[in-house]
Amino acid sequence: MSITVRNLTKIYGTKPAVNNISFSVGPGEVVGFLGPNGAGKSTTMKIMTGYLPPTEGSVMVCDQEVSRQRSVRKTIGYLPEHNPLYLDMYVHEFLTFVGKVYGMRGADLKRKVAETVERCGLTIEQNKKIEMLSKGYRQRVGLAQALLHDPQVLILDEPTTGLDPNQIVEIRQLIKSISANKTVLFSTHIMQEVQALCHRAVIINQGELVADDTIDNLIARSSENSLESVFRDLTKNPVA
Amino acid sequence: MIQVFSKEVGGFLNSLIAYIVIGVFLTAIGLLTWIFKDTSILDNGFANLDTLFTLGPYVLVFLIPAITMKSFAEERKLGTMELLQTKPLTDWDILLGKFFASVILVLCALLPTLVYYYTIYQLGDPVGNVDSSGIAGSYVGLFLLGMVFCSIGILASSITNNQIIAFLVAAFLCFLFYSGFESFSALVLEGGQGLFIRQLGILYHYESLSRGLIDSRDVIYFISVCFVFLLSTKTVLGSRSW
Repeated sequence: MSITVRNLTKIYGTKPAVNNISFSVGPGEVVGFLGPNGAGKSTTMKIMTGYLPPTEGSVMVCDQEVSRQRSVRKTIGYLPEHNPLYLDMYVHEFLTFVGKVYGMRGADLKRKVAETVERCGLTIEQNKKIEMLSKGYRQRVGLAQALLHDPQVLILDEPTTGLDPNQIVEIRQLIKSISANKTVLFSTHIMQEVQALCHRAVIINQGELVADDTIDNLIARSSENSLESVFRDLTKNPVA
Repeated sequence: MIQVFSKEVGGFLNSLIAYIVIGVFLTAIGLLTWIFKDTSILDNGFANLDTLFTLGPYVLVFLIPAITMKSFAEERKLGTMELLQTKPLTDWDILLGKFFASVILVLCALLPTLVYYYTIYQLGDPVGNVDSSGIAGSYVGLFLLGMVFCSIGILASSITNNQIIAFLVAAFLCFLFYSGFESFSALVLEGGQGLFIRQLGILYHYESLSRGLIDSRDVIYFISVCFVFLLSTKTVLGSRSW
C-alpha cells in the first residue's frame, strides 16, 4: 500500500479533530478525500506529510512511518491548503530552491526544473516573480514544487479552491496527467471534481470516517443518484 | 542548511533590506565617528576607535532586529513554514540557515569600517601609533555581539507572526543583554553578586575583549548565549507537536 492510515487520532487541546480513522490507498490510485469544512481533512493531511505528529495511531507512506522517518518525505509531494509560496521569489528561482532542498545538484537539477516547468505549463511565466502571477498560475507553481522531485505519493489539499471555472478545468487536467503513475490523495468539496478524477472517495465528517468506497457504489447508495446527495446525507450535522 | 542559507541571502539581496541595513549602519556610524562634534575622533584628539565600538552596539540594537524580524514571522504569516517543514529539512537546517544569513549580513556591514582603522593609523602621531590589538579585540567582540543579537532576533521572530512585535521584543532583549545587566548590577551593593550579574551581560565580556586580549572565557560566553537562544528557537519551532 502506498498510504496506510491506521487508527489515526489527533486531539487539539481536548477536542478531537480526527478521531480514530483508518483507510489505505493503493499504488497508482487516485482517491478523493471529502468532508465539510472543519471535518479534519487538512489535519489528516498535515499528519500524513509529517508536519504534525499524530496523538495516536500512525500513517505509513511507502511502508515507512511518517512521524518516525524523515527520509519518507522524499517520496511525498505536498501542496498545502491555501498554497503558500514565497511571493518575492522568481518562479525559476523558487523551483531551483525546492530542488536543492531535495538534494538535487547541477545538471540533474536544471533538467528536473525545466521538465517540471514545462509539464505544469509555466514556461512563459518562469522568469516572473510569483507575486505577479494570477491565482491559477500560482496554483501551478504550487503543484510544480510538489512534483519536482518526482514523488511516488502526491497529497494535495484543496488544489482547486478559489479558482475560476477555466482554471479549475486546467488544474484538473494537470492533476489527471500527472496522476498516471502516481498515488494521489486530494481533498476537495467539489463533487464533480471527484467524479472527474478518481475511482474512490473517502468521506470524513467531524473527525470520523463515514464512507470509504468506489464512486459508483457511493452513487448507488444515494436517494437521488448523485454523489452530492450522498455527501449531504453522510455529513449532515445536527444544528447545534 | 546551505539551501536555506542561500535562499535567505538571496532574499536579502533581492529586497532592499541588505542595502538599507548596511547603508544606515555605515551612515550612522560614519556621522558619529567623523562628523558630529561630540563624538568625532577628529575633535577628540586621540587616535582610537572608541566611538565606533561604544556606539556601534547601540546602532546594532535597532538594526539587527530589523534584519531578523521577518525570518520566521513572515514564514508563519504566509504559511510557507508548512512548506519548509514538510520538506526533508530539519528544524536546525532551517533556523541555522536563517541565523547564518543574518550573521553574514552583519559582517558585511562591519567590514567597510576597517577603512576607519586605516584612517586613524595614518592620522596617528607618529604614523601607526594605534592600539592595534585593542582594536582587533574590539572587532572580534563587535562581531560576536552581532551574532548574539542575531540569535535573539531569530528567537523573537519565531514566537510571533507579527513582525512589529518581533522587532520590539528583539530590540528590548538585545538592549537588556547588552547593558541591562550592567545597570542592574549597580543596584546590588554587595560585590560578589554585583559581579555575577555583570558577567551575565554582554558589556562585561565585550569590554574585556576590547582590551586586546581574546580570552576564551569571553568567546565561550558569546557562543553559549547564542546557542541558548538558538536552542530556544528550536524548541519554539518544535512546539507544534505538543
